[in-house]
Order: sequence, then structure tokens, then C-alpha cells
Amino acid sequence: MDRALKVAFVGNPNCGKTTLFNAYTGANLKVANWPGVTVEKKEGALKYHKHRFTLVDLPGTYSLTSYTMEEKLTRQYILDSEVDVIVDVADASALERNLYLTLQLIELGKPVILALNMMDIVEERGMEIDMHRLPEMLGIPCIPVSAKHKTGLDILMHTVAHHQEKSKQENLEHHHYHHGRGGHHKHSHHKEYAVVYNDVIEDKIDQVIARVKESEQPCSNYRWTAIKLLELDEEILSVYPGNWDDIIDRSYEDDIINGKYDLIEEIIEECLVNKQKKAAATDYADKLMTSNLWGFPIFLGIMAIVFFLTFTLGDFLKIGFEAAFEWFSGWMYQVLTSLGASAWLISLIVNGIIAGVGGILTFLPNIFILFLALAFLEDSGYMSRVAYVMDNLMGKIGLSGRAFIPMILGFGCTVPAIMASRSLENPKDRKRIIFITPFMSCSARLPIYVLFSSMFFQKSAMLVAYSMYLIGILVAIVTALIMNIGNKRKKISAPLLIELPEYKTPNLHTIMIYVWQKVKEYLTKAGTTIFLASIVLWFLLNFGMNGMTTDMSESFGAMAGMKIAPLLIPAGLGLWQVVVALISGLAAKEVVVSSFSVLFGVANATTAVGMDHLRDVLAGYGFGAGNAYALMVFCLLYTPCVATIGIIYRELKSLKLTAATILFQLVVAWVMAVLVYQISLLL
Amino acid sequence: MVLCETTVGGVYRIEKMDLTRAVEMRLKALGMVESTRIKILNRKRSGAVIFNVRGTRIAIGKDIAENITVKEDTTDGQSS
Repeated sequence: MDRALKVAFVGNPNCGKTTLFNAYTGANLKVANWPGVTVEKKEGALKYHKHRFTLVDLPGTYSLTSYTMEEKLTRQYILDSEVDVIVDVADASALERNLYLTLQLIELGKPVILALNMMDIVEERGMEIDMHRLPEMLGIPCIPVSAKHKTGLDILMHTVAHHQEKSKQENLEHHHYHHGRGGHHKHSHHKEYAVVYNDVIEDKIDQVIARVKESEQPCSNYRWTAIKLLELDEEILSVYPGNWDDIIDRSYEDDIINGKYDLIEEIIEECLVNKQKKAAATDYADKLMTSNLWGFPIFLGIMAIVFFLTFTLGDFLKIGFEAAFEWFSGWMYQVLTSLGASAWLISLIVNGIIAGVGGILTFLPNIFILFLALAFLEDSGYMSRVAYVMDNLMGKIGLSGRAFIPMILGFGCTVPAIMASRSLENPKDRKRIIFITPFMSCSARLPIYVLFSSMFFQKSAMLVAYSMYLIGILVAIVTALIMNIGNKRKKISAPLLIELPEYKTPNLHTIMIYVWQKVKEYLTKAGTTIFLASIVLWFLLNFGMNGMTTDMSESFGAMAGMKIAPLLIPAGLGLWQVVVALISGLAAKEVVVSSFSVLFGVANATTAVGMDHLRDVLAGYGFGAGNAYALMVFCLLYTPCVATIGIIYRELKSLKLTAATILFQLVVAWVMAVLVYQISLLL
Repeated sequence: MVLCETTVGGVYRIEKMDLTRAVEMRLKALGMVESTRIKILNRKRSGAVIFNVRGTRIAIGKDIAENITVKEDTTDGQSS
């Protein structure tokens, strides 16, 4: 064959279309576990046996009306372009909801294949789908696939290749037994259609079709056009103008929706076995998770457990990393010395690069545990419950509970969290979320808390670190509250509307992929940004007006630091070394930690011995617990990093707003740090 | 009554939905039209509600819940 078959992937949001698309094309389009990640269509090519395919990934949609952008785009694309086969990707674990779109697609009249994704979850829940009866009732092939495990992929493409010519199977037979539809409209008369409506609607359809045929307007699918006209679909009405009032005396939209859902109920009843058990378990868990009394404490408790694990388990694993890092640093020093390397090179490599990059790498266990916990929460289905639990509080600041999801993601990394705000429909809401998300303490700030809280607060270290997260949330909420003062109507622009999926045991495979990606990102960051920052910092601290210097206080870095330091005296951070560390932290927040060890000449500052040493050195400068707490607060609130500035600019598309955001963050950080330090002086 | 005034565990039928077109269409795509039966799973004093419609659990905020009129369903039968 000479032409590539055009295959469109259509499905509900978050049903795994993009994962399936990626599995075929080897592309690496972004997937995530919240709806609306795909915003425009993507194409990819594929060769299977003798056939060439062009695959098109369309944005997720719940229906094919013409009220939202995604729906319009998807519908228009299928109707206008040369789509040969539609692959309807359905989340098999939520079949009722997914079948509605399926029935609409079938009505469009193009060849449709139902790809039942997430069959592993169906099995895990102890449910079964009757794969003989389902295709019989729908009249289209139904292929179980797993985008994640890459099973069923060949069979699906094979079906696509074979199914392209025939749009329908012949032997559709329905038994609308529990609706008592007698009447003159024999159902066998319509047996080529998946959905047969009640007699009133079918009569209307016949009448409308007759009228459309008279009008001599070109029409590719009379039945579909008639149904859309009965729904008073604006787009179709504009194509077929004229006086329809005698036939279409009212909108038959509800009747048509009911007709489809009646069939769906029949299908579920016949094809889905063992549904109720698991649903009951979810209802039971939700009684507690979303309870008015316990929902919020449970959320705080879960977050506390996450950070408890990050600290204790992470620190436990960290000991091994530290030993390896110490050994490597010493070994490198020996090797370089024995090779006769010059002193400056040894200094650059051992004190600059290894201390910088290696110091950061020792925090990998903490980061790993944090992302593991976040992945667990995202995959379990708990996130949308949080949206409900937080709806009340978020309502007070004029946002829906939905907006809280990007904020939680901010605990991981600010950059994807800001991108996640795209799923909010209202641009004003988005702006506010972009403004406050950087206050949510990201994983890069974790090393700072781990180091300084264990150095200065020993026993209550964990509590001190947890307090940072709470302060972050508080500042974010207060900021949003202030921004909402102008909103007099107190109306929420986009109210909460979110589906609560059934709870599931988080899938190990999904979690490992997610965590591995984060670990990889962390390692890449250590190897690039932090590596470069360490080198630049080393140069700034070892060179001054008189060339290379061994006295750091004469270096370029010190000169700059001393200029700014007086500004930070009220916050207890008036040391030039601290200023340099904070500035270097703009490259990535972790750098603050490695800078401290370089600036105060403490090797291996992240190990227990190094911490004791660093604390003593700092104490010599009069830097105590109060200063440390102020430092943590400042690090929590000031501009996260260059990458965040980049994404804020990309999303806001305004230099002025981006600059305002950075300025605001600096001011808030300064005010809060001063507040905390001054209070600590009174205690 | 409106959805905000329902009792948890109760079964109701939709009478009227006075919503923005986008929200209405989203709910309709879930099969929620006039006379559809829903079961209330959770309700906050603030007005947010979780309910089950045709097997799907949906959480909605007060701004939506107060614009949906329902009637208690007294007919016997299993809830959807």
C-alpha cells in the first residue's frame, strides 16, 4: 500500500493515550497522572508488517460536543481530516465513564477500535470483563492492551490494519428489556447502529434525515448530523440553517444522553463481573479520608509521615553515601598529589568540584525517599481527595481545591508544579498559583534543612525541618489571600469539579519509573548546574584583584558579599560568606550547602564530623541556632533557582511580571527572616 | 432542595441544573441529566459535596452544588 494509514488516538483525559502513543512511536512525550497534560495534537510514524501508520495523539476529552477547546479540536479533526481508523483508548478500570465517548465515536461513522487500557488494574481489583460480549454489544473490536507493560500493542495495530475498510460488524442485536419499549420502531431495523434511542427520538431522527436530504447540502453521515441537530449543536445548526422548529420543538440532548447511558448500563451489567466489592472498599476509606473532622488532620499526618521518612530513613541511607564520598575525596587527593598536580588544580578538583558536587550527591537518599512518597500518593488516587479536603480553605483565597494539587507537587520540584498549573482553566487562577507555588518547599531546599537543623537543633531537627514546610504553605496562603482582596465578588472563577478514582495499590512499575526519572534529574543537575556552579564559585573565591589568592576574604566573591552583607544584618545573616552562599544558591538551592563547606573551609561538611566542625567554625562568627533558623526561612522563601525563573517567564510571558515575582520573593524572604531572627533574639 | 442541603447516604434525583455551559456539559458527559439518580457520599458544611453518579465518584465545590436542585428519591431499587 502506498499511503500511510492515519490512526487517531482518542480518549478521556488521563486514560493513558499518551503512554500508548509513546509505546508505539518511541517518542518521549510528557505523561503525568492528572488530566490535561496533552494540549495539542502530536503525530508520530510507525511501520508494522507491510503497513505504514501515522499515529495522531489528540487531547483528552469526555465527549464530542462543541463546548470546550479540546472537544472542538478532537471532533473537527476526526470529521475533517483523513482519519482512517479511530483508536478509542479507554481506562478499563473506569469503563462506565469511558464508554460514553466510545458510543459518540461509533456514531461518527468512522471505523472505531476500542483499546482497553489498564487491564492490570481491572485484574488487580478482582474484576473481569467479558471480552466476548463487549465487542458484540458495541459492534466494534475491543482489544485489551497495556501501554505500561507494552502488551497487546501488535494485536491492536493488526486490528487497525484489518478494520480500516469495514466500519461496522453486521450482527448487532440489542435487548432493551428493562425499559419496556414497545412501539412501531423495530430494533432490528436499526441493528447496524450501536445505540438505538427510544421511539420518539428515532422518529425524529428519521424526519430530520429526510429534511437534510431534501436540502441537498453535502452530508457524510446523516444519522450523526440528525442526532447533533436534535441536541441543538450550534456548529451543526449553522451548517444546516433553516426552520427546524416543527420537528425539533425542544433540545433532545438529555434524552440522547440518557439513551447512551441506558445502553452503557446494560453493557456494564452484562460485561463487567465483580464490580461492587472494590467500590465498597473505596467508599469505606473515603468516609475517613474525606471526613469533615478527620480529612484535614489526616492530610497533615500523611505529609508529616512523608517528611519523617525522608529524614530518618533518608539519613540512615545517607551514612553509606557519606562514607563513600569521604573515601573518594581522600583517594582523589592522594592520586592527584602522587601525580604531582599543582596545588591550584588539587584545590579546584577536591575543594571545588568534589566538595560541591559530592556534597550534594550525599543527599540523594533523602531526595529518593521524598519522591518515592510523593509518587505513592499520586498513584494511589489520594491527590483528588486532597483537592476536596482543601476546597474549603482554598475557597477562602478564591481558588478551588483543585489548585492545591500543583502546590503539593511543589514539594517535589517547583518547575513541574508550575507547569501543572496549566490544568487550571482560569488564567487568573493560574497566575496566582504560579505566584505562590515557589513558596512550597521543593526537594532542593531539603539538603539545607537537613544540614542546618541537624547541626543546630539536634533532637528537634525533624520538627524544625517540618516547620519549614508549614511556613511555606502559610506564606503561600497568606500571599494568595492578599491577592484575593481585590476580588470583591468572593466568587470562585473555576469551582471544584474533580473525579475521585477508586483507590488502588500503587503500581511498583509506575512508581519506579517516576522515581528513577527524578533521581536521574537530580544526578544530571549535580553533573551540570551544580558542577558548573562549583567551578565558578571556586574561581570567585580563589581569585581577587591581585590574581590568585589563598586568603578568601580578598577574593572577588568576598568583595561582592561584603557589599550586600549589611542588608542582611537584621536577619542575622550579615556575613559575606552567607551572602555568597545565598547568591550561589540561585543556580540551584542545594548549592547553598556546598558553598557553606567551601566558604568556611570545612571539608565533608555533610558528614557527622564535618557538621560538628562547621558548627564550631560558625559559632566563632557568632552564628547560632537563631541565625540558622533565619537562614532556613530565607532559603525557603527567596527565589528558588534559575530554572524556576525560566519556567515562570515561559508561563507568564511577561518580563515585568517575572521581575515582580522575583522581587516579591526576595522581599518576603527578607521580611520573614528578619522577623524570625528578631524573635529568636527575644527568646 | 439544592445539593448542598442533602443528607449523606441519601439517594436523590436531579431536578434542575443552573450552571455555566462548560460545567453543565462536563456533568452531562458523566450521564448526569434531569431525573438521573445520584447518591450522596460526603458533604461539607461549606457546601462541597461528593456523590456517585452512574458509578463515578465526583467531588464538586459549593458554587456548583448550590445550583443543582434535587428531589429525594423515594422509589425502591438499588442505587447506581
